[in-house]
Amino acid sequence: MIWFLLRRVGAAVVVLLALSAIVYALFYLTPGDPAVLACGRGCNAERLAQTQQKLGLDDPIYVQYWHFLEGLVVGRDYSAGPDVDHCAAPCLGYSFQTDQPVTAMLMERLPVSASLAFGAEAMALLLGVSAGLLSALRRGRPAERILTAVTLLGYSTPVFLIGLVLLLVFCAYLQWLPFPAYVSLTRNPGEWARNLVLPWLALALIQAAVYARITRAGALETLVEDHVRTFRAYGLRERQVIGRHALRGALAPLVTLTAVEVAQVMTAAVLTETMFGLPGVGKLTVESVNSVDLPVVVGVTVLAGTVVVLANTVADLLHAAADPRARPA
Amino acid sequence: MAGLATVVLMVAVALAAPLLCAIEGQDPTTFHSDLLDSARGGVPHGSFGGVSADHWLGVEPATGRDVFARVVHGARVSLGVALGATVLELLVGIAVGLGAGFGGRRADAVLSRLIELSLAFPSFLLALALMAIVPQSMPRPLLLACVITAVSWGNVARVTRSQALSLRRRDYVDAARMSGARPSRIAVREVLPGLTAPLLVLAALKVPLNMVSEAGLSFLGAGVRPPTPSWGQMLSTATTWFRADPTYVIVPGGLLFLTLLACTVLAEGVRRAMDPRWGGRS
Repeated sequence: MIWFLLRRVGAAVVVLLALSAIVYALFYLTPGDPAVLACGRGCNAERLAQTQQKLGLDDPIYVQYWHFLEGLVVGRDYSAGPDVDHCAAPCLGYSFQTDQPVTAMLMERLPVSASLAFGAEAMALLLGVSAGLLSALRRGRPAERILTAVTLLGYSTPVFLIGLVLLLVFCAYLQWLPFPAYVSLTRNPGEWARNLVLPWLALALIQAAVYARITRAGALETLVEDHVRTFRAYGLRERQVIGRHALRGALAPLVTLTAVEVAQVMTAAVLTETMFGLPGVGKLTVESVNSVDLPVVVGVTVLAGTVVVLANTVADLLHAAADPRARPA
Repeated sequence: MAGLATVVLMVAVALAAPLLCAIEGQDPTTFHSDLLDSARGGVPHGSFGGVSADHWLGVEPATGRDVFARVVHGARVSLGVALGATVLELLVGIAVGLGAGFGGRRADAVLSRLIELSLAFPSFLLALALMAIVPQSMPRPLLLACVITAVSWGNVARVTRSQALSLRRRDYVDAARMSGARPSRIAVREVLPGLTAPLLVLAALKVPLNMVSEAGLSFLGAGVRPPTPSWGQMLSTATTWFRADPTYVIVPGGLLFLTLLACTVLAEGVRRAMDPRWGGRS
């Protein structure tokens, strides 16, 4: 087991290195000159040369990448003549647009994205598992057909479309909820939740469709298994049979799925944050892409890749811990 | 069948976009500021977003461009990019997959890692990031198709590789090999036809996924640029106008939704038709 663990973590590190190298090379070898972008408006030859030297952009690409990695692990210094900027680890450089350190920009916006993602995920699991279970128990009745149809709809609808419909209904027509504006959890939990309900719901509905499908399949499978029949024969109440035993079998695949879905959630979160104007990492991504702010784009991309690879690794390890068959000999 | 019919209808609409606009007598780029209520910040006059005999689905808030003309032209972008990206993904994926399946052990090791890497990454985010650095002179729809391909060819390659590895051990492939066919000929003439079914299923599934990607990228302002219309981009404008002009949300949103639903249903139909367990019923 320990070897498996080490090997799996090692593989994850290799993937991450490859990923960051590709992303870095891709973005810094582009036709546009990064120095010109970094220099910004009112740029002249002297400042351009200074920027180039400060960011080390005249070094070969592999040296630049090495400095980038170095910055991530131990921090790095940017020096142009007398003034030296120290950027502490994990350093992702400075934004071309605002001159702020990218790491700080990310940390500042992370709570917003985390609020969105965790809330939505909790809601999605609740909705998805209950819908899936209900549809498995009401097999062949109208309730099942309706749930299956709704699941299909959730599957094929982009999150911003759901978001717009929710806005139309709850915000414009019923006027129950405000147009979301982020309020931090520590300042006012009530307002925090009230403002996040619509984004949560939009994001959750998409995910719930996936969870419902898996739960339904899992529950249908376990409900006909021998041990469930035995519990029923012992006279256990239906509620206990389902709640304690059938549900457990149905939920095992969800653990792995939740991790795999992380990439999906991130994609949807970018769209959700943009459409509801929530100042999270996703919105930062869109802004930095539209203004060609390379250090931020690279920073977000590397962060996203890290989260996805980590989630997959953790899922694999959990899976291996639970099921010995998943471990290679 | 309903899925197929809707998809066919949408493709027909997209192909006939200029014709339909000519019948309506409008084009997608002319501003009609006389139809807007400047006192209310540019919301169209009249009910339902300015629906009239001249403008069948009303006009856009703030610009007054004809919504009908824009959605039918938007259909061209949505479907064109989705189909184009799917075709490109198939080409790239099949090439890489066959290369891995037939190129010998070393090629397989390298290409497999490449496939894994491409699957490991949140592809939409990468596509979004790539849109920042791609050459701006190329036509945007073509660019979108290429970028979507660049981040999502992995599944096709994986399926192709695994199928190729299992097919290459079949007797008829051995027979071809013994009769002296070169590996490239075996790959293309003997094995590729056997891949039709799984790849067709995958391709049918990819079309709606790519359509969502295109709509998403355009929604975020990284897709097609105005004045070229796209459903995603219209929805992005609609986010600011949803209170004053709900029609402007419903028209492109409804179309996008219907088309996606039809494509998904169609993909499900293709999967069942190809899956022997369903006995060819759809």
